[in-house]
Amino acid sequence: MTKLQVLARASAAIALTAGAFSVSAQDMTGAGATFPAPIYAKWADAYNKATGARLNYQSVGSGAGIQQIRAKTVDFGASDMPLADDVLAKDGLMQFPTVIGGVVPVVNIKGIAPGQLKLTGQVLGDIYLGKITKWNDPALTALNPGVALPAEAISPVRRADGSGTSFIFTNYLSKNNADWKAKVGEGTAVNWPTGAGGKGNEGVAAFVQRLPSSIGYVEYAYAKQNKMTYALLKNRDGNFVPPDADNFKAAAAGADWSKTFYQVLTDQPGKDAWPISGATFILVYKAPEKPVNVANALKFFDWAYANGDKMADELEYVPLPAAVKDLVRKSWGTNIKDSAGHAIAWK
Amino acid sequence: MSAIVPAQAHLGNEGTLRAGMNDRPPAARRAAPWADALFSTLAHGAAWLTLALLAGILVSLVIGAAPAIREYGLNFLWTSEWDPVQNRYGGLVMIYGTLMTSLIALVIAVPVSFGIALFLTELSPLWLKRPLGTAIELLAAVPSIVYGMWGLLVFSPILSRFVQQPLQHVFEGVPLLGSLFSGPPVGIGLLSAGIILAIMVIPFIASVMRDVFDVTPPMLKESAYALGSTTWEVVWRVVLPYTKTGVVGGIMLGLGRALGETMAVTFVIGNFNQLHSISLFEAANSITSALANEFGEAAAGLHQASLIYLGLVLFVITFVVLASSKLLLQQLKKREGAVA
Amino acid sequence: MSAVPAAAPMSAAEQSRRRLHLRRKRTNVVALTLALAAMAFGIFWLVWILVETVRLGIGGLSLSLITEMTPPPLAETGGLANAIFGSLAMVTLATLLGTPIGILAGIYLAEYGQRSWLGSATRFINDILLSAPSIVIGLFIYTVVVARSGTFSGAAGVLALALIVIPVVIRTTENILALIPNALREAAYALGTPKWRVILTVTLRAARAGVITGVLLAFARIAGETAPLLFTALSNQFWTSDLTQPMASLPVTIFKFAMSPYENWQKLAWAGVFLITVGVLILNVVARTFFRNRI
Repeated sequence: MTKLQVLARASAAIALTAGAFSVSAQDMTGAGATFPAPIYAKWADAYNKATGARLNYQSVGSGAGIQQIRAKTVDFGASDMPLADDVLAKDGLMQFPTVIGGVVPVVNIKGIAPGQLKLTGQVLGDIYLGKITKWNDPALTALNPGVALPAEAISPVRRADGSGTSFIFTNYLSKNNADWKAKVGEGTAVNWPTGAGGKGNEGVAAFVQRLPSSIGYVEYAYAKQNKMTYALLKNRDGNFVPPDADNFKAAAAGADWSKTFYQVLTDQPGKDAWPISGATFILVYKAPEKPVNVANALKFFDWAYANGDKMADELEYVPLPAAVKDLVRKSWGTNIKDSAGHAIAWK
Repeated sequence: MSAIVPAQAHLGNEGTLRAGMNDRPPAARRAAPWADALFSTLAHGAAWLTLALLAGILVSLVIGAAPAIREYGLNFLWTSEWDPVQNRYGGLVMIYGTLMTSLIALVIAVPVSFGIALFLTELSPLWLKRPLGTAIELLAAVPSIVYGMWGLLVFSPILSRFVQQPLQHVFEGVPLLGSLFSGPPVGIGLLSAGIILAIMVIPFIASVMRDVFDVTPPMLKESAYALGSTTWEVVWRVVLPYTKTGVVGGIMLGLGRALGETMAVTFVIGNFNQLHSISLFEAANSITSALANEFGEAAAGLHQASLIYLGLVLFVITFVVLASSKLLLQQLKKREGAVA
Repeated sequence: MSAVPAAAPMSAAEQSRRRLHLRRKRTNVVALTLALAAMAFGIFWLVWILVETVRLGIGGLSLSLITEMTPPPLAETGGLANAIFGSLAMVTLATLLGTPIGILAGIYLAEYGQRSWLGSATRFINDILLSAPSIVIGLFIYTVVVARSGTFSGAAGVLALALIVIPVVIRTTENILALIPNALREAAYALGTPKWRVILTVTLRAARAGVITGVLLAFARIAGETAPLLFTALSNQFWTSDLTQPMASLPVTIFKFAMSPYENWQKLAWAGVFLITVGVLILNVVARTFFRNRI
C-alpha cells in the first residue's frame, strides 16, 4: 500500500470516528457580552453537574453577540445593550434580562486606595474626551480635597471591541456631559477620542493593572476579583456612592419591566443608587430555526432563575426580583414559537 | 562426464536471452496502464487546487469588500476616520500601523540577523555552531500567542521603564526625534509591537542568511583572504554580494511574516483607531489586529465590508512585497550575468 | 656601520598604508564584536522567553491538566483536557487533510511542472499563500463555511488549519524532491518503471526524511496558531469530540484565560503556554535532527 493509500484510509477512519460521537441533544451555544461571562460560566458548570446538559457560552463582546445571533451562527446572543423594540421586531428577535450588575471606573494611581477617589460623570467624560489630561487637574482636585493626586498624565483605557459595557458607560457619560453627547455619543463601539483599547472586560482590567496612572471601566466582578482601585461616583441624588450589589439593586428598584424589557439603568434616582448600573440581556429568535436548542437554552435560564441567585450574589451580580422573573417566563410563552407555531415547550 | 551438464540445460528462463534474441521483442507488460494518467491527473489536480484556493480566497475577499469598495474606492487607503457610530470608515490608521511596525521590525531584525549569520558562519567554534543555530531557529517555533502574552505581561513594563522613559528624557525638545518619542511611555504602541515582531522575524532571516552564507564557495573566500582581507571584508565584499539573492529572499520572508502577524501585535499595539502624531509610543492599530478585534461584531454592511477591504489590502501588500522581491532578484541575477 | 641598521623614516605612502591597515583591522574587530553581540542578543530573547514560560507555567503543571475540563472562573479545580484534545484533534486532522494535497502539488512542481506556466504560477501562488495572514484565512473559512452552515464548528477550524498546512508542505516537498539527483530517476526509468512508480517508490522514498520533516514542521506551525480558529472553531467550555460543534483549542483558550483577571484562569493559561511551547519545540528539534541524520 502506498503512503497515499495509507493516509487516505487513516483520514477517512479518523473523520468517521470523530463524527461518530453523537451530538448530545442538550448542547447549546451562545456568544456575547463579557459583562456576565463569569456568572454564565459558573451557572453552566453547575447546570452541567446537575443535568448533564452543556451550555457553551463564549464571551466575545456584546457587539459580536448581536452580530452572531443575526447571522444565526449561535443559538442565543448576549448583550448588555438592549436592542430597541422596533429593531427587535424587524429582526424577529426577543430579549430578556438575566442579571443586573454595575460598571465601575477603576484607576491605577500610586498612593490611592479603593474608594478614595471621587469622580463625577462630567469629569469622567472630560477625561475620556482628552480635555483633562493630568491627575492634578483643578477639576479633579476640587472633587478630592485632601487626596494627593500626582502631576502625572492620565492614560485612559477603554474597550477595543464592540461592548455592551461600553454602551452602558457611554450612555452614562452622554447623560452627564453635554460635550461627550455632542462629540461622541453612545453605543457599543464609538469613535473614542483617546485611550488604549483592551479586548473584553478582561483586557481593560489587565491594561489598567499594568499601566501606571491609568483609568478604565470594568464590570464590578472584574474590579472586585482583581482587587482593583475603584472610584466613588456622584449619583443623580448628589451622593458619592461606592459600587456594590446593594447599590446596584437600589438603582434597579425603580425600573418598570412590565411593558418592555428595554431598560437602561444608568443615572437612576435613589439615594444609594449606583449611577452606572445595567442589566444584561439574552437575545433569541421568536421563530427559531432550531427550536430544540432554544428550548434547552430556556430550560437553562429557568433553572438559573430558580437556583442561581446564590452564585450570582457570590460574584456581586444582582439577581432579578422574583416578579420580573415571572414576567420573563410569561414572555417566553407568548413570544417564542416552535416550528409548528405552538408556544415553545421549555418547562 | 555426466556431472558436467552443458550450460544450456540450466538456462531455464534465462534462455529467453537466447530464445528471444532473434525473435520479436518481449511483449510490453504494464502493471496498470491507466495508473500513469491517473497519477499525473492527481498531481496536476493538486496544483490546480492550489490555484483555485487562492482564487477562491481573493474572490470571496473581493465580494465581501464590494460594498466598501463601491462606497469609498481608493480613498479608503488614505482616509483615517474609523467611526462605527457614523458608519464612516477609512483604512489609513491600520495600514500605517501595519507598515510602520513591519518597518521597525525590519530595521531591528536585518542587522541583527546579519550579525548572527556572520557569527555562525565565521566566528563560532565548530562545536557551538549546531546548538546555537538550532537555538535561533527555536525562536521561530515559539507560538505567536506566547510572544503576545510575554510581550504584554513581561516585556512592556520593562520597555516602559528602561527604554521608553529614558528615550523620552533624552530627546525631549529635539525637533524631529523628540516628537518621535513623545507619546505616553507605557510600553504599548507601535514601538513595542515593532520590537516584538523583530524578535519573531529574526530567526527567519538569520537562518536563511546562515544557509546561503554556508554555501558560498570556499574558493572565493580563500582568494580574498589570500589577498590580505580581514574577516569582515571577506563577508561584506565577497560573501554578501555573492549571496544577495538569498539574503533578499530571506528578508522578504521575514517581512511577509511581520506583515501578517496577528496575535503578538494585538496584545501590545493598543488598538487605537486614530492617528494623532508620528510618535512611536502612541497606541495604534494594525490591519490584523483590527480584524481580530472587530470582525466578530461588525454588522453585515459597511463595517464588515470595510474590515474585509482591509484584509484585501493586506493581501495586496503581501503580494506587492513578494512580486517586487522576485523582480529585484531577477534584476540582480541579470546584472550578475552581464558582469560574469 | 652601526650593529642594527637604523630604521628608515617611513615615507608618506607607508604611513598612509599603515593607517589604512590599522583602520581595517579596527573595523574588523568592531564588526566581529557586533556580530557576537547580535548573537548574544538573539539568544538573550530566546532564553528570557523560555525562562519566563517555564517559571510561570511549571507551577500549574499537574495531572489535573489533562484529566479535568476548563473550569469557570475562580473554581478550585480544573484543567485543560478539552482544549488539549481539541487542539490535538484539529491539528492532526488538518495535517492529514493538507499533507496529501501538499505532497501531490509538490510532486507536480518537482516532477511535472519544472518549466510549464502552471508550474511557475503554482510556485508563485504558493509563495503568496505561505505569507498569507492566518487571520484572513480564518475569515475566508468563516464566510464560506460558518456563515453558510449556521454554526461554529471544529470542522471549520480543521479546514482553516489545513489551508495553512498545504503551502508549507508544498514548499518543503518541492525543495527536497528537487535535491534528489536525477541519476536515481534515470536509473529507474531505464529499468522500465512507469513514471508514477518512479515518483512514489524511488524519488519520494529517497526524499522520505525531508518530506516527513516538512510535515512535522507544518504540524508544529499550526499547533500554535490562534487567529484562524477565532472565527471558525470558536471555543467550548466543555468536552466535545463532535466536529460539527464549536471546539476548544489550546491557543484560543490561552488567549481567553491569559487576559482574564481570575487567578485560576491565569495559572492555567501559563501552564497551557508551557505545554504548547515545549511540545512545539520538541517537535522542531526532533524534525531537524531527524532530517540532518538522514540527509
